[in-house]
Amino acid sequence: MSGNAVRTTTLPGGGGYHAENFRRRSRCLLVFIIMAAAFVVITVININSGNVHISVGEIARAIFLREGTEKNLDIIWTIRLPRIIVSMILGGALALAGFLLQTFFENPIAGPYVLGISSGAKMVVAVVLLAFAQASFQVTSLTLILAAFAGSLLATLFVLVISYRVPNMAMLLVAGIMVGYICNAVTEFMVTFAEDSDIANLHVWSQGSFSGMTWTNVAVCLVVVGIGFILTMALSKPIGAYQMGENYARSLGVNIRIFRIALITLSSLLSACVTAFAGPISFVGIAVPFLIKGTMGTSKPLVVIPGCLIGGGVFCMLCDLIARLAFAPVEMNISTVTAVFGAPVVIYMMVSRRKGR
Amino acid sequence: MAEKTYIKMDDLAVGYNGKALIRDICIDIKKGEIVTLIGPNGAGKSTILKSITRQLSLIGGKVIFDEQNLHKMNFRELSQKMAVVLTERLKTDLLTCYDIVASGRYPYTGKLGILTEEDERKVDAAMAAVHATELGPKDFNAISDGQRQRVLLARAICQDPEIIILDEPTSFLDIRYKLELLSILRDMAKRRGITVIMSLHEIDLAQKISDRIICVKGDRIYRYGQPEDIFREEMIRELYSLDNGFFDPLFGSIELPQPTGKGWSGGSADQEGSEPQVFVISACGTGIPVYRKLQKKNIPFIAGILTPGDKDYQLARLLAARVITSPDFEALAEPAFAEAAEAVHRCSRVIATDFPIGTMNRRIEELIELADREGKLERV
Repeated sequence: MSGNAVRTTTLPGGGGYHAENFRRRSRCLLVFIIMAAAFVVITVININSGNVHISVGEIARAIFLREGTEKNLDIIWTIRLPRIIVSMILGGALALAGFLLQTFFENPIAGPYVLGISSGAKMVVAVVLLAFAQASFQVTSLTLILAAFAGSLLATLFVLVISYRVPNMAMLLVAGIMVGYICNAVTEFMVTFAEDSDIANLHVWSQGSFSGMTWTNVAVCLVVVGIGFILTMALSKPIGAYQMGENYARSLGVNIRIFRIALITLSSLLSACVTAFAGPISFVGIAVPFLIKGTMGTSKPLVVIPGCLIGGGVFCMLCDLIARLAFAPVEMNISTVTAVFGAPVVIYMMVSRRKGR
Repeated sequence: MAEKTYIKMDDLAVGYNGKALIRDICIDIKKGEIVTLIGPNGAGKSTILKSITRQLSLIGGKVIFDEQNLHKMNFRELSQKMAVVLTERLKTDLLTCYDIVASGRYPYTGKLGILTEEDERKVDAAMAAVHATELGPKDFNAISDGQRQRVLLARAICQDPEIIILDEPTSFLDIRYKLELLSILRDMAKRRGITVIMSLHEIDLAQKISDRIICVKGDRIYRYGQPEDIFREEMIRELYSLDNGFFDPLFGSIELPQPTGKGWSGGSADQEGSEPQVFVISACGTGIPVYRKLQKKNIPFIAGILTPGDKDYQLARLLAARVITSPDFEALAEPAFAEAAEAVHRCSRVIATDFPIGTMNRRIEELIELADREGKLERV
């Protein structure tokens, strides 16, 4: 009872900015609810559409009761469901990686793709794939992730070295784009001189696609991204302090060196996981955090981090749906779609920021 | 009261990239003192402050803070004791002023940084203390520089520090908020025993608020002491290498140099040293606006007849080419009167202000009459 009495003074009746805080919390909650609703709708549409149409009722029965025709069960359980889940998890991972990099570089346009981190991962994965193909080894998903992780770190560190030498937002992006070009060139070079049979897989993968996912992939993604998400949430407090700049963060007790290493490692891990399974995917890392912050009206990490995870997931599921359906039976690669939706967001962001200054 | 040293800078050397900019810093500060760093631009005031706040690593020596080595304390422990207000521009993205202030509670909140009701109360109190309550819901980017400075101060206050370090906190503030900010700091220092270390450009304010002054110039601490000892005309002149103006220690005001009579419209070097053509007769502060006007037009003048205790004298001393003086509390002395009469003859303009004439300065009337007879008198 008395607890209630205290509470009312800080809720809307209290006036001033506490009412404002309440309004902002409601707004965040609303965004989460909308995303959850979108998630359900897109999942259902995603499962029931494709070459084979499956009705909503059948989907529900197939998923919850494992009943239905053999063919439908097969399509849902071995093709569509893993693909949807992976696209959701990896989309979330991309958005998270983007958010972490934006925090690190204090630059809203930073992301795994623009900074060449995806390309770095792609290059090392290509090397590993080709080497394994030459030696006729089976490539496991763990190997892929490790290769992509190594590539991500390599590219990130390279960009980092440049960014310390030239502390300038524009130069940072130029450096990232250059790193991306170099890595892509190396990849192309290797693909050119590889045996056709070796690169068949590589080619599809290097364009970015969620097709051909298995339940093993789902499990690995879930574990890696799950760990990445939990660690990111654990960092949400120092991230909040770091948003005010390095020096204020330090004065609030953040150990900057350790914090930075954690940021880079986490973002590399998350984008590595994406690249390992789905190839390089553009714009999700920039567009989603921006949209989430904008709709939630805050950049508080405590809500933005889960927001990015869910928002990125929903965004990628939607893009994958479009990639599959827009020109069916031909499937587009996922970056084509994310770019169509993501690039305008980035342009809008640059224009609106210029106006704000 | 036997107060012990709270912060001790022991043979400190500070600078960038391993190169010492300032060395041999030995300073003891007591709890609840306000210590201000003054000195010319680029002297290294910020470097010293950054070293104390651990933004820069020390080149040599150590800082003892409450009997611990400051640079060996862990960051969290230090953050509950020391708050900072920096000069750097804060770039934020979609954060309200309330969020910024609330970040001061960081050292006290749990793993996820969620504010408790007590935290929220402290944030409210801090915002009220700097009169920024109405700024709470506004975006930090959408407010003025002065408002930002107040919000940042509120942030530092709600960090509940024992010591607060501010780098030029008054830079963007108008005079009202300058005074307000300094009185908040004084209040914190004297009522709550919070030690304040800051750098200020406004030496007049530094003189009025500080318990101790650190003068920074060259590669050493130029002087460290109480304001009474630091704010002397020669000391300030030397500290800032003033050769073009004055510092008046009595009021803490700064003055432009004396009018020289030289300018684009005539006058040349050889006119220097020739007698001024204007004589201002005033007293009791009525001459000050006249002096300022003449100075702005770069017209040299003689001021008189003033006693050293007169308000006019304090400014005339700095601005007039010559001041004709007569001792305090005595009837106007004969030599002074003769000198003034001579000045009336020689000048082409005599400006007399309106001031009381009584037993002690009766002869001023004669002087004014004389000027009137010669047709040079202007009354203001």
